[in-house]
Amino acid sequence: MESRLARIMIQGGTALTLVFLYAPLVIVLLYAFSDSIGQSWPIEDFTTKWFGIAWRSPDVREALSHSLTVASIATIMALLLGSAAAFAVHRFSFFGRNSVSFLLVLPIALPGIVTAIALNSTINVLGIPFGILTIVIGHATFCIVVVYNNVLARLRRTPTSLVEASMDLGADGWQTFRYVTFPAIRTAIVAGALLAFALSFDEIVVTNFTAGSTLTIPKFIYNNLRLPRNRPVVNVVAIAVLILMLIPVYIAQRLAGGGETAAARTQAEP
Amino acid sequence: MAVTAERREGGAVRRTSAFLFRHPRGKLTLSLGGPLAWFLVIYIGSLSVLFVTAFWYLDVFTSEIVHEVTLKNFQTLWENGVYRTITLRTVGIAAAVTVTDVILSFPLAYYAARLATPRMRNALLIAVVLPLWANYLVRVFAWKIILTPSGILNWFVELTGAGSLQLGRSNWSVWIAFVYLWLPFTLLPIYGALERIPNSFLEASGDLGARGWTTFRNVIFPLILPGIVAGSIFAFSLTLGDYITPELVGNTQFIGNVIFDNVGVAGNIPFAAAYAMVPVAIMAVYLLLAKRAGAFEAL
Repeated sequence: MESRLARIMIQGGTALTLVFLYAPLVIVLLYAFSDSIGQSWPIEDFTTKWFGIAWRSPDVREALSHSLTVASIATIMALLLGSAAAFAVHRFSFFGRNSVSFLLVLPIALPGIVTAIALNSTINVLGIPFGILTIVIGHATFCIVVVYNNVLARLRRTPTSLVEASMDLGADGWQTFRYVTFPAIRTAIVAGALLAFALSFDEIVVTNFTAGSTLTIPKFIYNNLRLPRNRPVVNVVAIAVLILMLIPVYIAQRLAGGGETAAARTQAEP
Repeated sequence: MAVTAERREGGAVRRTSAFLFRHPRGKLTLSLGGPLAWFLVIYIGSLSVLFVTAFWYLDVFTSEIVHEVTLKNFQTLWENGVYRTITLRTVGIAAAVTVTDVILSFPLAYYAARLATPRMRNALLIAVVLPLWANYLVRVFAWKIILTPSGILNWFVELTGAGSLQLGRSNWSVWIAFVYLWLPFTLLPIYGALERIPNSFLEASGDLGARGWTTFRNVIFPLILPGIVAGSIFAFSLTLGDYITPELVGNTQFIGNVIFDNVGVAGNIPFAAAYAMVPVAIMAVYLLLAKRAGAFEAL
C-alpha cells in the first residue's frame, strides 16, 4: 500500500522518536555515575560514591518516608472513593450520571497550576497547617480518577449475566460481590492502586502548593536541582525513583493490559 | 462455637444485603455519597474559593487581602504590557509545542497502527508510555543537562564541525523540553485514530490512482483529525499550566511562573487567582472548539 520511500521514512521516523524518548533517560543514568559535580560532556571518571552519599542523607530519608506515607494513604483513599464511584456509575442510572466522569477527571484536565492554587487558597482560608494531611488531600483528589477509570473499564467488560446467575443461584448481594464481582475486578483494582501510588509518589506541581515545608521525594529533587553542589545526589535519587517506579507500573501493565494503563496515564498527568 | 458465630454474622450481613437489595437508592447513596461529597466539598469548593478570590484585591500598603468585589486584577492583566506579553508567549509556545508533537507523533503512530506485527505494536505502545512514569522533574532535568553549553548536544554539534549550538536557558530549550514531556499524550490518540481506519479505504484510494501524499491529504488526515485534536488538548493544556519547566530550562516568565511567584513571594493570592482564570478560559474555548471537531469521541 505504502510506497517503499514512505515505508522507509516511517520506519526511520519511528526509530528517531524512540531515540528521542529514551536518550535523555539514558543520559541521566550515565550522569549518576559521574565523578565530577559539573555537567560537562563527556563524563571523565565514573564512580558509585554518590549512591552511598544519597542513601546516608537525612533529607533523602525524610523525603522518602514522607513520600511513602503520603502515597499509601492517598492510594487507600483513592481505592475506596474511586471504586465506590465506579460501582455507582456502572450499576445505577441517576440524574447527572454522565457528569460524574467529567467531575472526577477535572483535577487532571484543568491546567495543573489551577488545581494547585485552588487547593492552596482553600487551605489558607480554612487555616489548616500545611503538612502531610494537606498533601494527602491534594493527591487523593487526582488519584481517584485513576482507580475509577480502571475499575469502571473492567466492570463494563464483565458480563452482567454472571451477577444475575449468582443471584438466581441464591447468593445474596454480599456473596455475589465476594465470589463473583470482586474476583472479576480484583486485578483492575490492584492496577488502579499501583498507578495511583506511582502518580502520588511522582507529583510535584500540586505538591509544591500543598506541602508547605514538608519534604517529599519530588520536592527534594525540586529544591536541590538549583544547587550545583547537590546535583550528583539528585541524579542518584532520580535514577532510584525511576527504577522503583518501573516495578509498580510494569505490574500494573501486566494486570490491566497495555491499553488501559496507557489511557489511565494520559489522563493522569496533573 | 465458631460455626454459630459465623452464622450469626452471616445473618447480619445477609440482612444488610437484603435491605440494600430492596432499597437500591440506599446502595447508590452509600457508594456514590463518599466520592461525590469529597469532590464537591474539597475540589469544587476550592475552585469556587479561587473564583471568588480572583475578584478580591491585595492592599499594597497593609499587605492585607481586601474582601471586596472588584475587577482590578483583571484590569491589570489586560492593561499591563508585561502580562499581555507573558500571556501571548505562553499561548504561543503552547501552540508551537502542540504542532511539533502532532508532527512528531505521526511516524511512530502510523508504524504501530498499520505496519507492525501485534507483538511489536504492544512493545511500541509500552515503550511510548513508560517514559511518562519517570519523574517529571527528572525528564526536564535531563534536557537541562543535554542543552547546557558544555553538554552533550553542543559537544556533538562541535564534533561534526557545524559550529556550536548553545541553547542553554532559552525559549528554544523550553520548547524542546515541553515537546519531549507531552509527546506520548499526542501520540496515543493519533495512534488510536490511525488504527481505526479500515485498510479498504487506503486500498480504494490507491486503486483510484492516488499516490501516497494524495491519500494522506484526502483520506488519512481527515479521518485522524479528531485524534489529533484530542491529543492536542493535553499538550496545549499541560503547557499552559506548567511553571517548573520554564523555571528550569527557560530564561523568561510564563503564566505559571507569575502565578507561582504571586502565591509564594508576593503573597498576592487574588492576583494569582485572577491570572489562573486565563488558562481556564483559554481551555474552555479550546474544549468547545475540540468538541465541535468531534475530538471527544477520539479520546
